Amino acid sequence: MRLIVPLQGIVQGRGGLILGSIIPCAMYYFLQFYLKRRRSPPNLPEADSNPPSPVASSSNLTELSRSASRSNLVSRASIGRPHVSARVHSIAKANDSCYYVGLDRVSSDPYDRVGNPNGVVQLGLAENRLTLDLIENWITEKLNESILGMNANGIATYQPFDGMSELKVAMAGLMSQVVGKTVTFDPSQIVLTSGATSAIEILCFALADQGNAFLIPAPYYPGFDRDMKWRTGVELIPVHCRSSDNFTLSIPALDQAFNQARKRGQKVKGILLSNPSNPVGNLMTRETLLGLLDFAREKNIHIISDELFAGSTFGDEEFVSMAEIIESEETDKDRVHIVYGLSKDLSLPGFRVGVIYSYNENVLTVSRKMTRFSPVSAPTQRLVTSMLSDTTFIKSYIETNQERLRGMYELFVNGLKELGISCTKSSGGLYCWCDMSGLIKTYNEKGELDLWDKLLTVAKINVTPGSSCHCIEPGWFRCCFTTLDEDDVRIVIERIRLVVETCKSPS
Amino acid sequence: MKQKHQNPNTNPTTSSGVTTDMRVIVPLQGLVQGGGSGLVLGSIIPCALFYFFQLYFKSKNPTTPPPSPSSQQPPDITPPPAGGLERVQSIRSIWSPRGTNGQAQVSSRASLVIKQPDSPYYVGLEKALVDPYHGLRNPDGIIQLGLDENKLSLDLVEDWIMTHTKCSTICQELQVNGITNYHPYDGISDLKMAVAGFMSQVTEGRVLFDPSNIILTSGVSPAIEMLVFCLSDIGNAFLVPSPYSPDLDRDIKWRAGVEIIPVPCRSSDNFTLSTTSLNRAYNQAKKRGLKVQGVIISNPSNPVGNSLTRETLYDLLDFATEKNLHVIANEALAGPTNDKNLEFVSLAEIINSQDSEEYDRKRVHIIYGLSKDVSLPGFEVGAVYSFNQTVLNASKKLLRFSSVSSLSQRLLVSMFNDSRFVGDFIKINRERVERMSDLFVGGLKNLGINCMKTSHGTYCWADMSAFIRPYSEKGELELWEKLLNVVKVNATPGSCCHCIEPGWFRFCFTGLTESEIPVVLERIGKVL
Repeated sequence: MRLIVPLQGIVQGRGGLILGSIIPCAMYYFLQFYLKRRRSPPNLPEADSNPPSPVASSSNLTELSRSASRSNLVSRASIGRPHVSARVHSIAKANDSCYYVGLDRVSSDPYDRVGNPNGVVQLGLAENRLTLDLIENWITEKLNESILGMNANGIATYQPFDGMSELKVAMAGLMSQVVGKTVTFDPSQIVLTSGATSAIEILCFALADQGNAFLIPAPYYPGFDRDMKWRTGVELIPVHCRSSDNFTLSIPALDQAFNQARKRGQKVKGILLSNPSNPVGNLMTRETLLGLLDFAREKNIHIISDELFAGSTFGDEEFVSMAEIIESEETDKDRVHIVYGLSKDLSLPGFRVGVIYSYNENVLTVSRKMTRFSPVSAPTQRLVTSMLSDTTFIKSYIETNQERLRGMYELFVNGLKELGISCTKSSGGLYCWCDMSGLIKTYNEKGELDLWDKLLTVAKINVTPGSSCHCIEPGWFRCCFTTLDEDDVRIVIERIRLVVETCKSPS
Repeated sequence: MKQKHQNPNTNPTTSSGVTTDMRVIVPLQGLVQGGGSGLVLGSIIPCALFYFFQLYFKSKNPTTPPPSPSSQQPPDITPPPAGGLERVQSIRSIWSPRGTNGQAQVSSRASLVIKQPDSPYYVGLEKALVDPYHGLRNPDGIIQLGLDENKLSLDLVEDWIMTHTKCSTICQELQVNGITNYHPYDGISDLKMAVAGFMSQVTEGRVLFDPSNIILTSGVSPAIEMLVFCLSDIGNAFLVPSPYSPDLDRDIKWRAGVEIIPVPCRSSDNFTLSTTSLNRAYNQAKKRGLKVQGVIISNPSNPVGNSLTRETLYDLLDFATEKNLHVIANEALAGPTNDKNLEFVSLAEIINSQDSEEYDRKRVHIIYGLSKDVSLPGFEVGAVYSFNQTVLNASKKLLRFSSVSSLSQRLLVSMFNDSRFVGDFIKINRERVERMSDLFVGGLKNLGINCMKTSHGTYCWADMSAFIRPYSEKGELELWEKLLNVVKVNATPGSCCHCIEPGWFRFCFTGLTESEIPVVLERIGKVL
């Protein structure tokens, strides 16, 4: 209709002239803007999460044909320099987060009591060496049986990408023992991946499209930024928890973050939580988990519950798995996905065994297909299967591990307390979450990083600063104590004391 | 649709320069000057403009950003012209979460993967997995000729494991400190050195591989995916000579979001790659507006089994240099040679040789696998050999998602370090593959089925076009179905490999034992 007006004007003459000139001009401007917009951001179609609908693809054509001619020019100008993709540039760049800088520093100059007593002590990597002797004993005793028990057909030929069924059964057994004590885990709902890292990426891929977002209680594990964002293109929206609440998650805060994201036009597809929390180490109560489930139901979003540390608890609180909560519910099982792995609880990070446990058939289907990109090596599966099937060993292992963890935790936390550094009360994990805000010069991120730098270069210990974990309050640090033995703890405490003294003396 | 295609084409010409401003004024001038032509022009051009405008809105509607003239795109601004848009958004937001009430949905990219039907290749694999043939236990089961797997020399591996896990050397190797804790994601250096050594051995010492240019992945699929992710953005394309491995579609389309443009090779050329067809495919892709980022070849070719000659490789590199493309060469099959007279030329050899200085090494990436060569697919170890530092750096970080288990790495290190074993293995394995190949291909010939003359591989590429009716993909799939369901033999039809000619099938014979060959041949004979 609109268009006909100027033409009518023209046909009728008079005022039509003005209309007929103004409107085409305006249209032309629009057209120009349109073209400009199409041209200027070259990666615009990439940002579109929608699969190429016919219309979108046809509009791609205009953009692409033009940019193709441009690439021709480029290739002429810089004869034959092959380009890498735009999305990989940021990944190839040097590490910028302190978390990775610290890890790199340690690997170039690791502390060793005999070999390198002046090296950097690793408190930044959540790795458990307290019970390595048990694993070592088991492997030296049983290696022959476990690997030799199978013929080469069992380890050298193609296996289903998502894991051998024997291992799934054994894994279900372990999870019933460790994760959800009242739950019987169904092996057919298990998908095995090469490490929890790829389990999380696969879930993220299955649940969210590019540009969608996940809510995540902060402080959170620094690795999630890479797991969730790099290849899947998903955003993480931190839901800040505060020291005044002992860093527990509150549903109102979740709701607020959700609404803010909505307002920004972001589509929130789920919540990613780690329970026991990494880096704080606290557990989620039954009430919080129920509240979370209600929230997820109300907003129709998914829950990924990372329960990697479920067996590494040492407090008096009881660990409640999301599986336990969902088991007693009639509906909505299909929105809960649990991530587990052997890296922490069995201290086998090198074996790269991760687990997706989901109640959603579609998610399981996609995950199984995606494991072609991250399968678990067959000999490893065999060894782990026989290890997990040895239930007496697993039982005593878990108990001993928890005992040693508790002992170490108390030793370390008390040592810090003597220095005037307090920690949040934690009941799980391989680390403690320490409040060093009293030691930082300026109460902001810069002060925190200064202290971190001092700890790394002067005292030569690598800890994870809270800012790497997206903690909203400055001055918190994560210290993993499970790579140390008791003598090392004394040395670490002495080293920290040095820093504490230099921090306190001038003021 | 047609109109849409034409319109954008005329757009740039009208808006490309100063003349465009004039253009709009023309109809008005026509009006001012009166006369019939002005009226016609004045009506046609605004109409055309209006169509553009409509098209513009239509194309905008599915993707939300409003047509704000300012350069900052997303949703902060919801200015006047967005009247229709706002509605769309609200409708959608009401729709998806509420409407379905409580059904937790997966992402659209995941549902694409779910909806996508399995190709006959995967259907066959699945069926054969459920009901596998066994001479004694399940004589009516399906014989697996679809899975590219070498079981001929498993006994050697088994013997080795038997003798070596017992002795203390490997236990030292497997010291817990060495295997259970975190290790570099891109592989331990011992294994890299061993793989480098092994790769040189396969190329008969003509190439020295630098271990620092090697990264280890958990299989060949992640290696391909990672390279493609590093080299191209979503919506870019790679040229792939077809027929190509049926796995490739999943490897590079699913998560990396990259298109494949087949470069058809024909039986009349023995399925060899020619630069003319590469050029043609490249130009067609360009016309379609796709940005081509590289070429993926498999050398020796999967499924055909022939390997590229030195000349072809030079041509390919010339082509890549001219168009500024990357070359990914999948040499996972380089190991077993059936014919000693035909030498295998690795792309690494070309790029390393003296006279190839005009080529930029940074565009060459070689994939290597232990699944086919050493017949250890269960170990899931692949390797990428690249000269491109950016790609290596990025890959090292991306390997957090697909690194190899340290246990397997240690086992492999000690296996590879046993150079006598490796030497024997390669020799014996080649002999066995050769023998099987002779038996199987000869048997097929007696049935009247000709195979491509191949020099490598654990499979043969058989021409059964004489037995299909009609001569089309439909006929081919009918034959495939007959093979699978009537005589219970799972083969890979050429259409799964995107072969342009119907009637070709891939048979992998190294999963069989010698005694099974007559059974297979008899079964195939029945169908014909």
